Parts: sequence; structure tokens; C-alpha cells
Amino acid sequence: MLSTPALVLAMMLFGLGLIGLLSRRNVLYMLLSLEIMLNAAALAFIAGGARWGQVDGEIMFLFILTLAAAEVSVALGIVLQLSYRFRTLDADAFCEMKG
Amino acid sequence: MLSLLWLIPALPLAGFLLLALCGGRLTRPQIAWVGCGSVGTAAVTTALVATDFFRVFPERESYQQTLWNWIDTSGMTVGISWYLDALSLLMVAVITGIGFLIHLYSAEYMADDDGYARFFAYMNLFVSAMLTLVLADNLLLLYLGWEGVGLCSYLLIGFWYREPEYGAAAQKAFIVTRIGDTAFAVGLFILFTQFKSLSIQQVQSLATESWPVGSDLAIIVAVLFLIGAVGKSAQLPLQVWLPDAMAGPTPVSALIHAATMVTAGVYLIARMHHLFALAPLVQEVIAVLGLATLLLAATSALVQHDIKRVLAYSTMSQIGYMFLALGVGAWSAALFHFLTHSCFKALLFLAAGSVIHSLHHEQDIFKMGGLRRHLPWTFWTFLIGAAAMSGVPLVTSGFYSKDWILWSVWSSPISHRWIWFGALFGAMLTGLYSFRLIFRVFLGEVRTQPTGESGLAMRVPLVVLAFLALTVGFLEMPHTLGNVTVFSQYLSHALPTTEVLPGIDESSEVREQLAVTVAALLGIGLAALLFLPGSMVASRWTDQSTDHSSMTLVQAGWGFDRLYDRLFVRPWFSLTRHSGDMLDRGYEWLAVCVESCHGWMSHTQTGHVRWYAATIAVGTLMLLGLFAL
Repeated sequence: MLSTPALVLAMMLFGLGLIGLLSRRNVLYMLLSLEIMLNAAALAFIAGGARWGQVDGEIMFLFILTLAAAEVSVALGIVLQLSYRFRTLDADAFCEMKG
Repeated sequence: MLSLLWLIPALPLAGFLLLALCGGRLTRPQIAWVGCGSVGTAAVTTALVATDFFRVFPERESYQQTLWNWIDTSGMTVGISWYLDALSLLMVAVITGIGFLIHLYSAEYMADDDGYARFFAYMNLFVSAMLTLVLADNLLLLYLGWEGVGLCSYLLIGFWYREPEYGAAAQKAFIVTRIGDTAFAVGLFILFTQFKSLSIQQVQSLATESWPVGSDLAIIVAVLFLIGAVGKSAQLPLQVWLPDAMAGPTPVSALIHAATMVTAGVYLIARMHHLFALAPLVQEVIAVLGLATLLLAATSALVQHDIKRVLAYSTMSQIGYMFLALGVGAWSAALFHFLTHSCFKALLFLAAGSVIHSLHHEQDIFKMGGLRRHLPWTFWTFLIGAAAMSGVPLVTSGFYSKDWILWSVWSSPISHRWIWFGALFGAMLTGLYSFRLIFRVFLGEVRTQPTGESGLAMRVPLVVLAFLALTVGFLEMPHTLGNVTVFSQYLSHALPTTEVLPGIDESSEVREQLAVTVAALLGIGLAALLFLPGSMVASRWTDQSTDHSSMTLVQAGWGFDRLYDRLFVRPWFSLTRHSGDMLDRGYEWLAVCVESCHGWMSHTQTGHVRWYAATIAVGTLMLLGLFAL
């Protein structure tokens, strides 16, 4: 079975991305981690599609690709604004909206 | 033609919608055309339906029409469905016919009012709600009309809402009738839980099958329905709203008293007569309540200063007669008195409105007088109305209906002699207070200068109603006088026939009729003696004011307002003012709880993105764990 190693890889990638997201303080690195997580999910879809011989998995992969592109474009805009206003990329510095 | 039945309540409703949605854009003549036209076409439709009804059902059974299912859940199906039989056809004919005449009259009476469109919109809705009430096939639809009537009476009594006391009168009418409505609703719930149906016919046949006469449930439901009827029909002990309801414009009073609202209670009891037949005890209560109300209202009417309040108390008294008739099982007699009463009471109110109109809204009868020459049309029609109400023998309709009721009370197996004597005394009082009005308002010297007779739109309804007040009585005449039984035959399929004590013969009927005649004439004679300007007693009475303490008690309707104020209103107000804190504590504690929880929870809102990401991850893991389990 080809799908099991692919799923294990996807799980590892997702875990790495999550750890990166939670441990990194730089917003850019957090975005990178997020991309890794997205790709992990996409890989899981591909594996599933291959396992059942269905085209749905590949379609979902295309969707995720599009989503990732859209997300990055918005996120980079926000990152630019943040660095312009706060003169830093430290995520913990942007905590003015606390309850 | 019978299939046009649904149009009868729909037309006034359409008129209401039109006037309510774009009444501001219409000119006054257009508003009057829409307002009168919708009710007028409903009356024409009624005539068409009636002719077809008589042709298709020579035995006058019943016709049902279901438009659609209103509520359809498991175990309960309520349709928008109409039920036409002799009883509802009679009610519909009176509501649309008299209603149309009142609308026509209002077109001129309200001509100078700012809320012209609003007035006609409410009036149309009122008529539509009442038609829904009487045509309903099931109790829920009937209840819809019942509440609609209550709402419209509130809106119309408080029509001149800039006066705070008028608003208070409207609220009083709404709240007092609400007490009755609540009881009615509870009765409805009981019937539904027992029979799983709300159809009037089905419920009643099931009740007759499964409940023995005098069983507890039958009595409870009958009492609850009676409380509802008493509230709407302004009978003891819920009668206090009606005199104050005079705050509304005069055509509204005419509509409330003659065609809609107060007759709803009479209709409800007549419609549910199978149910009331299962509770003879409650029927006796109805008779006694009717007698008490008619005497109480008649004595109060004697000492009122306001022309409209006299008429309001007279309505209470006449409805009391109807309740009395219902109580002794004289169903057709009650409905016959309803028919004649709606003719002469609408006439009296409209004529009184004409007087008030020409005197610049003066309503105190002690400031009126000598209007006979200035308002000849109003005088003669008012005289006919008053004669019909006091039951002047042979020529007026009121005589035949009242005589029928009194004869039924005399001959009924479930009545007592003292009830008959009370009702006879009431008939005497009726003559007294009706002709007190005539003598005070139309005879004697002129105290306020009138502006002159009103126009055609106000005179035509007066003349038509006067004609009806004289002639509808000939539909049913006792067998000592011509023996016409058109009316009782007409209702014979819808209502049970009146039982007569065995051994009552014709000679006692003649004696009974003589007594009724003498009572009515005695009342009128007494009125002439006491109130006719120029008579000895009258000149002595005018010097004395009617400000004795006993007089003021009677004037205030035997002090029921004050009693209820002491018993219910003030204790309630004091309760809300003082010990409301006990209840508040609980709610305050709840508020404190919620506030501290909020403070505690808001600490999780740190503003750190990574913290949020972590909580999302943990939350997702927990959810997945739940699913995995």
C-alpha cells in the first residue's frame, strides 16, 4: 500500500507545521508553518484519492492550492502593514486586542 | 353562489388592508367609498349566499367550506373553514347589514376628523373579525375572531388617543375582557385535551356522547365558556368596561353595541348550546346573572347624565335579557331579541350621535332640551328607537321580542317566578329610562342651540333603522296575536326548541302579555310624570340636584369600579411597589454570576495569536477524541 507512508508523511508534516506555528514568534515563519500544514492536508487528500482511485482527491488538492495562494496574498499584505506600524515582526507584540 | 361564503369576511379585511396600507394617499371620498363599499359588498354577498342557502338547503341544515389548513401538526388539524347554518347566517346578516348602515353614517359623522382612513380601517377590521367569529367552523378560528374583536374595540375606544382618559378607557375594556378571554381559552384547551378536536360540531357531539348531564368536566368547561361570554357581553361581574367604552366616537359605540362585540357572548352560548345543555346548573347561573345585570344596569341608566352612558347601561340591560332567555333555554327568543335589539340600539346610538353632532359634542342631557323642532328627523327616529326599546305594545319590535322572552321565563320548566317578576320590573325600568331621555333631550326649553339637522348620509341609516325597529318584530308573533312563527321556524334546525311547562294554557299567556304591556306603559307614564317638563314632580326634581350619596353610588354603576379598584388594582400596585425585592434578589444573583463568569472567561482573550492557535489545536484534538470514543 502506497497510501500509508504518504499518510504518515502527511501527519509528520502537519505536526511539524503545528509545532512551528506554536513555537515561532516571527510572523513570517508562522506563515511558513501554516503553508506546511496546508500542504500536509493536501498530501493526505492525494493519498486518499490514490487509495480509492477517485479523482476527488486531486480536485481537493487544486482547491487547497488556490486557497493557499489566496491566503498568502492576504497574509503578506497584513504582514507588510504590521511591520510598517509596529516596526517588528514579533507576533507577541501585537496583543492590543485582549479582553 | 354558496361558494362565495369566504368573501363575506374577506371583503372587509381587504378594505382594512387597503385603507391601512395606502389610506394616506386616498382622498376622503375615496376612503369613504372603500370603507363603506367593502362592508356593503359583504352585505350584498350575504344576501346572495342566503338566497342560495335557502334554495339548496330547504331544511336549513348547514354548509361547510374549507379554504386551507391553517395548522397541521401531528394530532391537531385546524382549518380556515367556515360553517354556515341558520344561526350564523342570522348573525352575518345583522353584522353586515347594520354594519353597513353604521359605516354609511360614519362617512358623514367623522368627516372632519383627522384620522378618517384610520377610523374606517379599524371599523372594517372590526366587522371582519366579528364575521370570522360567527362563521368559524372550529373553536380556534372562533377564538381568532374573538381576539380580533377585542383588539379592534381597544383601537376604536381609544381612537382619540390624545386624551389620556380615553386611552385609559380603552385599556380598561381590553384588560377586563381579557379576563374572560383567558377563561375561554382554558375551556378550549380542556375540550381539546378531552376530544383531540376543535371543530365546534364534532366537539359538541362527542361531549354529548361521553359526558353525562351534570358531570364535573361539562360544568367546568361551561363555566369557563360562560366567563368568556360574560366578559365580552359586559355582564355581571365583568360589566365595568362598557360604560367607559363610550370614550370612542359614537358610530363605534353603535357598532360595538348593535352588531359586533357585545353580542359575541350571546352567540357563543347559543353556538355551544349542546355543551350548556349538559350543565343545567350553569344555565341557571346564566339566567340569574342576566337578571342581576339587567336590573343593575337599568337602575344605573336611570340616573346618568351622559346620553351615551344611558344608552350603554341600556345595552347592558338588554343583553341581560338575552342572557336570561339563554339561561331558561329559550334560545330562539334570545336570538330574536338580539335581532330587534341590534336594530333599535343602532338606531338609538346613531340618533344620539346626530344630537351630539349638532350640539358641538355636548353629551350632558341636562344641557339639552327642546330639540324636537330643530331636529325633527332625529326626534322621530329616536322616539321610535326608545319606544322599541321600552316595548310599546303591538307596533314595535321590542315588544314582541321582550314579550317572547318573558313568556319563556314564565313558562319554562327551569325558571322561577321571582325571576319573571324581576324581569318584569326591568321592563318597567326600561320604559322609564328610555323616555327620560326623550323628555329631557327633545322636549322643554332649548338649553344649547343646535346647528341644525345633519345631512343625507346620516339621515338615511336613521330612517332605515327606524323602519326595521318597527317591523322586524312581525317576524315572530305570539299565537294570541296573529301566531306568526317565521323566526322560530327559521332557527328550528340550528337551535333546540323552547320547552314549555305542561299545563300552561292560552289564558295565562294573555295575562302574562297584559302584565308586560302594563309594565312598559307604566314605565313610560312614570317617566312622563317625573321628567316631562311642566309636570309638578319634574319642576320639584330639577331644583334638587342628584348628588345624594346613594345617587352617586347608583350613578357609578353600583360602585363596581371602586370595589375592583380596592380589591385588585390597589393591592397589586402596592405589591409591586414593596415586596418585589424578594423576587429581584434571585435575578440579581443571576446577573452577578454571569458577570463574574464573564470576567473569568475574558482572561482567555490574551490577544496573542499563538495562544489562539494552540487553543484551536487543543479544541480540535478534543473533538476528534470525542468522535473517536
